Amino acid sequence: MDVNAFLDGFGLVTEPQNLLYCLIGVLIGMLIGVLPGLGPAATIAILLPITYSIDPVSAIIMLAGIYYGAQYGGTITSVLLRLPGEASSVVTVFDGFALAKQGRAGTALGIAAIGSFIGATVSILGLTLVAPLIAGWALSFGDPEYAALALLGVLLVATIGNGNKLKAMLAAAFGLLLATIGRDSFSGAERFTFGSLQLTEGIDFVVVAMGLFGVGEILYNLEERHGKPHVPAAVANIWPSRKDLKQSSGAIGRGSLIGFVLGVLPGGGAVMSSLAAYATEKRIAKNPERFGRGAIEGVAAPETANNAAATSSFIPLLTLGIPANASMAMLFGALLILGISPGPQLVEERPDLFWGVINSMYIGNLILLVLSIPLVGIFVRILRVRPAILAPITALITILGVYTINNSTFDIFVMIVFGLIGYLMKKVGFEPGPMVLAFVLGSIVEDGVRRSMLIFDGDPTGFFTRPISGTILAAFVLVALWPAAKALLARRNAATVAAPAERDHADTPSR
Amino acid sequence: MSDERTPTPEPGQDILAEIQAEVAHDLEEDRPPAGGPAYQVAGALVALVVGIGGAVLSYGYGLGSLRQPGPGLWPFVVSIAIALMAAALLVVGRSLTDSEKFTRSSVLPAVGLVTFIVLALLMPVIGFELPSLLLCVVWLRFLGGESWRSTIITSVVTVAAFYFLFLYGLRIPLPHLF
Repeated sequence: MDVNAFLDGFGLVTEPQNLLYCLIGVLIGMLIGVLPGLGPAATIAILLPITYSIDPVSAIIMLAGIYYGAQYGGTITSVLLRLPGEASSVVTVFDGFALAKQGRAGTALGIAAIGSFIGATVSILGLTLVAPLIAGWALSFGDPEYAALALLGVLLVATIGNGNKLKAMLAAAFGLLLATIGRDSFSGAERFTFGSLQLTEGIDFVVVAMGLFGVGEILYNLEERHGKPHVPAAVANIWPSRKDLKQSSGAIGRGSLIGFVLGVLPGGGAVMSSLAAYATEKRIAKNPERFGRGAIEGVAAPETANNAAATSSFIPLLTLGIPANASMAMLFGALLILGISPGPQLVEERPDLFWGVINSMYIGNLILLVLSIPLVGIFVRILRVRPAILAPITALITILGVYTINNSTFDIFVMIVFGLIGYLMKKVGFEPGPMVLAFVLGSIVEDGVRRSMLIFDGDPTGFFTRPISGTILAAFVLVALWPAAKALLARRNAATVAAPAERDHADTPSR
Repeated sequence: MSDERTPTPEPGQDILAEIQAEVAHDLEEDRPPAGGPAYQVAGALVALVVGIGGAVLSYGYGLGSLRQPGPGLWPFVVSIAIALMAAALLVVGRSLTDSEKFTRSSVLPAVGLVTFIVLALLMPVIGFELPSLLLCVVWLRFLGGESWRSTIITSVVTVAAFYFLFLYGLRIPLPHLF
């Protein structure tokens, strides 16, 4: 590891301007984490135009802050309202809300903040040590490796997330197709432009992302918003007692590791790791029946893990140029806007950016720890702001923001079209996430495949005979077939235990 | 989320699966009713049309050969994959419960969409201020059910804030009237 570059990165982060953007980023992140509705990916999408007008390093620091700040914020609503602000805080609801009902909401939030800080810091340390190594190793990758890796990334994101796998893969394939719109970079032929001059240059990633994530979610929230009044539980003493800390120390340690490891996997990320960490604690607990009734470990483990995972999901982006989830795809897009292509060469070519972003996370998490505890009262009050008031503000930010990219009303219309597509996709049960991710990676896959075919002289088996691309593609096949294999296994199991399983289902209390 | 809604597995057999089922169950409470087979079929059919249409168009762009791939080869392969997956979805996906019924409240996003289009049409003609104000009023009063007082105050403050933020703060030349 280049220690000088690492230290220079710290110097860069502590510049007042960057500190300010880091603070703004984590505050926005916490805010949108608290408010159900817009997720981090949508928020980053809506704010992408800002990257055109501020310094690249500052922009990325701020956008990254939004992402990990949201993980903190999501906890607050889980504990106080039984409404997870983010998907990654869903399991926190079980014990967090139970603790709140016992009048220990403060303890739950305090432990979550401490766990989040520790998890994230362990993960950044891991990132600091591991990322340059992976980047160094990946420098030897050629076109076939990149094509295979990008394809694997798309597939993993499509299959590991929630929801129907076939639909997710369909959405991803649609994203790959969208990426081919415009002039073909090899032959100069126009594809799917239908004679439109504006489409010749292809569709702008920012416009697509703002439409699918931003406008799509805004429209969807308009419909789903129920007039339920939010009455958060009272928050008293926020500092966890020594006993609480001792009780959750193991959970925090294990949560950090689980989060770090799962966060690196494309598609794994924060949601998966919070579930896995909770399950681990429940499995090894002496009396697992405490879980769901206010076990402090049940808050500490998932909250630690989701922050650790949020941090380590930067590894594939910064070292391989493969975004691991939708929010990372947004950051990937932001980097492309800035004329930086993320990949293994990033650490050598732009050490300022590489280390600036990583080191900003140390500071950002410290800011979050320091702020989250005193600011809980303010966030509780923000919960009382009616969503109806925020909706037109986000709508205007989105429309005016997309216009400012190219001063073009055409872009507004393209965004509206994608907003409608995103909304309709949600209604018929397609997640727009894999589509945006595949759209980002689309040209990498296509260019990689086509250049590889030239290298291989038209022989597609060349992909499998190169050791690294072969291994990646083998993993691809395994992942693609895994759901089918699992379904088959489950069916066989179900046949043998059908009767008890059905009885269990009937016993499940309907809450 | 259909996968998580399968019956709860044996307790103790897989805690992770159990928790996932519980989470899915929790989230389900707040969701509107599922759309049913018609929605699934419609979704799959749209995908099928995109796949077939994409394949036909990219065939026209020239497939070339594996040694010399033409501009149409890659989109052709992707389109075929879309068509195949859509056909599979048509067969196996009819019973999925991940869609959401259009209800009376679906009018709200439709109105919201119209205000987006109106803003985009009017902005180059009369500047962003009045159309933005209109959007705010519609969203607050009619889509959000705010009182007139709150609507007017919030709209005026919002538009004024954007005016100063974009024109003076960020110095971005939005088309403006005043």
